[in-house]
Amino acid sequence: MTDLRTDSLPPSGAPVRLWGRALRSRNLVIGAMLTLTFALAALVSFAWTPFDVTGMDIANRIKPPSARNLLGTDHFGRDILSMIMVGARVSIAVAFVAVGIGLVFGVPLGLWAAARKGSLLDEVIMRANDLVFAFPSLVIAILITAIFGPSALNAIIAIGIFNIPVFARLTRSGALTLWQRDYVLAARVAGKGAARISVEHILPNVTNLLIVQGTIQFSLGILAEAGLSYVGLGVQPPTPSWGRMLAESQTMISFAPHMALFPGLAILLTVLGLNLMGDGLRDLFDPKLRGRS
Amino acid sequence: MLRYTLSRLLSLSISLAVASLVIFLVIEILPGDPAVLMLGVNAQEDTLAALRDQLGLNGSMLTRYVDWVGGMLVGDFGTSYTYRTPVADMVGDRLWVSLPLAIYALTLSTVIAFPAGIWAASRRGSAADVGVMGITQLGVAIPNFWFAMLMVVVFAVNLRWFSAGGFPGWDEGFWVSIKALTLPAVALALPQASILARVMRSALVDTLSEDFVRTARAKGLTRSQALWRHALRNALIPVLTIIGMQFAFLLAGGIIIENVFFLPGLGRLIFQAISARDLIVVESVVMLLVFAVVMVNFMVEIAYALVDPRLRRR
Repeated sequence: MTDLRTDSLPPSGAPVRLWGRALRSRNLVIGAMLTLTFALAALVSFAWTPFDVTGMDIANRIKPPSARNLLGTDHFGRDILSMIMVGARVSIAVAFVAVGIGLVFGVPLGLWAAARKGSLLDEVIMRANDLVFAFPSLVIAILITAIFGPSALNAIIAIGIFNIPVFARLTRSGALTLWQRDYVLAARVAGKGAARISVEHILPNVTNLLIVQGTIQFSLGILAEAGLSYVGLGVQPPTPSWGRMLAESQTMISFAPHMALFPGLAILLTVLGLNLMGDGLRDLFDPKLRGRS
Repeated sequence: MLRYTLSRLLSLSISLAVASLVIFLVIEILPGDPAVLMLGVNAQEDTLAALRDQLGLNGSMLTRYVDWVGGMLVGDFGTSYTYRTPVADMVGDRLWVSLPLAIYALTLSTVIAFPAGIWAASRRGSAADVGVMGITQLGVAIPNFWFAMLMVVVFAVNLRWFSAGGFPGWDEGFWVSIKALTLPAVALALPQASILARVMRSALVDTLSEDFVRTARAKGLTRSQALWRHALRNALIPVLTIIGMQFAFLLAGGIIIENVFFLPGLGRLIFQAISARDLIVVESVVMLLVFAVVMVNFMVEIAYALVDPRLRRR
């Protein structure tokens, strides 16, 4: 019975071929490069930024891009490039942990619901999911952050809650088709329990789905964090954040457009990078779907 | 069909009951005494007590919950703590901005997305397809409030075609109001149109590879005849789901765009109410929005069941 495990994974190409295909996928390469650029900027910002982001320099306020300040300065004379680098940290951290919350709570719920398909438990989990979807997510996020005080942690929780049903539903639907497979039947015949089958046979085979959805939720999280900090409910000053940089630039946009342009571009390019990467990964994992959406 | 409708209605009622309970409990555990908020921290204890009594804050949690739900069922949404006007009136006023804005944005989104999606799907793999898909990638990734700000610079500050914000009110004339809602509607519509165009395209690509389309082609229809007469109708089902979801989203999703343009809509009402801890307003408006989403989903499900009898047996 030990040889049952060999067919617990569907046949796939050798890893080398997967890498080769990955490098030929235009979406994946461009997306990964954009994402890595901002991830790298965030990492570098811990050790070095061109200027101190809290340091004000009134003599150099509202300067357009120049050799000294590559992306110009804001109304306090702070260097916009440095602020965007530090802002990348916040955006990425908030969205990343929010995806983590969705995975940690959503995946077990989805696996559990699929293992007990049709039972009361399944029904309750899925109805609860539907209910969360019915709530206006942005309004609830604003409610949470406004009531418990604006902070990065509360923004993470507010965004993370709405990731849970997304992953629960995806895991359940992916797991349901896997439960029909012969290798799961074989595992059941071998006497494995539902929990063990879920972990050993179902989970590894929904990982691809989860990675693709994860990148999409990551990008949605970055947009949500930007929206929250735009209305003043994200991380608080003096920590820079992309959303608040946009909010502060709004009154000066007619004579200092660079202040609004660069933080917006940073959000756009990060989200674009993650979305392209998600599309590329989906094509890579499931070539049948190529060009479908 | 009747049985299906009744079972859907039952599950809808349960959802709404659970949602109302969740909203009530969340608002209940929040810190802050509305009476203190209204009268200030220096108010006399007996004045506070009188106000609490007047607001009905002294009853048990159960009676307050029953009062709240019972009131909503007969159209009484309570009285705002800060404005001292009935919540139903405030919501009614704001809805005259948010509802037209949502409809406007949804119309724009549909008008843009349908041709774009159909065009891309009918020329799958061509430069047109790649171009449309590239633009929709940008449309999905752009933060809509940033796009709104850029439009204000171009169309309000430089070209002076539109005002940068505010809403004159419908009394000032239909076209004046429509003009004031145009930039916000475009900002809201851009990401929605991008998503819709992608869904339209992928649904159409799927149906174009179905057997019945091949049959239609075999009996002598041209590609475009087969697309317009057979494929399009069948591709509409996922598209309609997304349109339903987007409408519900747009009603409340305008919250940030309404802030950018200083529009007195529902989103701004919630935002102000949250900032002022006017919890009865928050409670009732969130409940209304949940109600709207659940109702839209219900109508979409019923519409499906009418179109496709197989779905009734689920």
